Amino acid sequence: MTRNDARDVEHLETVAREGRWRVLETVAASKAGHVGGPMSAMDLMVALYFHQLRIDPERPHDPDRDRFILSKGHSAIGLYSVLALRGYFPVEELATFDHGDSRLQGHPDMKLTPGVDSSTGSLGQGLSAGSGMAIAAKMQGKDFHTWVVLGDGEIEEGMVWETVIHAPRYGLDNLTAIVDLNGLQQYGWPAGDHDRYDRSEPMGHVNLPAVFRGFGWNVIEINGHDFEEILDAYAEVDAARGTTGKPTAIIAHTVKGNGVSFTRATFKWHNGVPTAEQLDTARAELLIDQKTEALA
Amino acid sequence: MKAQRAVWGDTLTELAETDDRIVVVDGDLATSTMAVTFANAHPERFIQAGIAEQNMVGIAFGMSTLGYRPWLSSFGVFLTNRALDQVRMLVSQTKAPVRLAAAYTGLLNGASGKTHQDIEDLSVMRALPNMTVLAPADETEAAAIIRWAAEHDGPVYLRLARDAVADVFDSGYEFRIGQPVLLRDGGDGAAAEVTVVSTGVQTSRTVEAVSAVETSGRSVRHVHLPTIKPLDDDALWALLDGARTVVTVEEHSVVGGLGDVVAAVLAGHASGARLTKVGLADSWAESGPNDFLLDKYGLSADRVAARIRDAVGERVPS
Repeated sequence: MTRNDARDVEHLETVAREGRWRVLETVAASKAGHVGGPMSAMDLMVALYFHQLRIDPERPHDPDRDRFILSKGHSAIGLYSVLALRGYFPVEELATFDHGDSRLQGHPDMKLTPGVDSSTGSLGQGLSAGSGMAIAAKMQGKDFHTWVVLGDGEIEEGMVWETVIHAPRYGLDNLTAIVDLNGLQQYGWPAGDHDRYDRSEPMGHVNLPAVFRGFGWNVIEINGHDFEEILDAYAEVDAARGTTGKPTAIIAHTVKGNGVSFTRATFKWHNGVPTAEQLDTARAELLIDQKTEALA
Repeated sequence: MKAQRAVWGDTLTELAETDDRIVVVDGDLATSTMAVTFANAHPERFIQAGIAEQNMVGIAFGMSTLGYRPWLSSFGVFLTNRALDQVRMLVSQTKAPVRLAAAYTGLLNGASGKTHQDIEDLSVMRALPNMTVLAPADETEAAAIIRWAAEHDGPVYLRLARDAVADVFDSGYEFRIGQPVLLRDGGDGAAAEVTVVSTGVQTSRTVEAVSAVETSGRSVRHVHLPTIKPLDDDALWALLDGARTVVTVEEHSVVGGLGDVVAAVLAGHASGARLTKVGLADSWAESGPNDFLLDKYGLSADRVAARIRDAVGERVPS
């Protein structure tokens, strides 16, 4: 298994813009899908697939590959866009998303999509699945790492915390939870005496770094849209594997819908379908027509 | 005569000597489920998940993707209810070779009472695609089924009883997936007056009930169904064809379990047989000693025999 050790931030930024474009384009064509979550997690996933992960798209079932689980499975189109750009399947296949007979289901299906290491969809289960992979890796003496992306709304699910308690006991320094802390969920909470619900900050009242540390995790807090900080965090995780006996939580401060003006930081784009005019705006803002270099 | 949970602990421990795919993930109940036997013999392949059944399922699924064939050790009621969503998404959907070794199933759970009585499991589990649902009658069949399940490349729900029951099978018994087992023909060349179908350890008590009914002069066919799913419908129908009175007996709710499996086969063949479903009423039970519960809730040999006589009597008024 090989990885791309070059630290080419400019390239990663280009790929991430392309990934965001593919999300919007695909959702517009399918006339359904999530937008905000895929775009908040995009940079984190691009940094994994185009720099960090030891993977080979030609051999998606290689037993020694690093594993990736998108626990917040409703951001599937974000993962599919990254997998397609990385070469797991043709970019053109994204057009089948959410269609009948497609390999690209509304939520990730490991039995259908090359590169998907765990089926997800019902929230809160991905970290647990990843911890099972990490336990098995330790038992088999394998060096691969398991990465799991969770949403900040998702970690309201109780099962997440069963795993958070359990993983340090088994010394899983080969397991990393990345919390995509985009601060917005679908509907939200009663807000004072007015009838508009407050979608913001599902974990706003929780000191997440302290919570994870309290359960015995190593914690790294970053800006989830700054590739320098993302790559530094991933390198720190690499260095810790096999030495600390602690899983790592990367608390990634992100912005929902980041990268395009009209989707950025608004709960309305949790899901939604862009108009033709909006697609034009996004295309310009994401510099799609100025793209010159080959991607993968 | 040995409790099925002990059979599970012993058989799995033995199989693991030569099968390094076998691991056990426990929900802090190893001394109850008898996973303790495995833990002592193979500590490196015993994973303690703590009192966290949902995480148990996730861990087992994750381990299965690296070639392991994990067995879950907990009470059936928690595996099939508390962790149902996890079993549904991670195991049923993906066909992961995870085995749910459901201990303390049915009504008899050491007087723990209704919160722990696992009486909807067959109904819930058989609704899941890809799930194999098995309910052995006794010690011998439990061991045979555990050996079969260890080799099966897919999800398995295994219904195990806490307490020993009278033996039904001898050491020559061979388990065949999906096949009904004819315990007593009853007809002596002609059709029996009543055909009884039972599953799980309730079959052991039903053998006694059937003997009592025959002693009083009725001819009874007795069929045991260790596989709830996938069932060879044609094989079951071959044993039911011509029956005019059928009685199903299960230590399970009458909603969605064995009785409804048999009802579907009868209806599918437009048999016209009259069906009586003997099981737990659609209600809650209580704590109590085994004999008390079996008698009060209609599953003792005497109570089952009475229901069989009633069923025949309704068809042939005396």
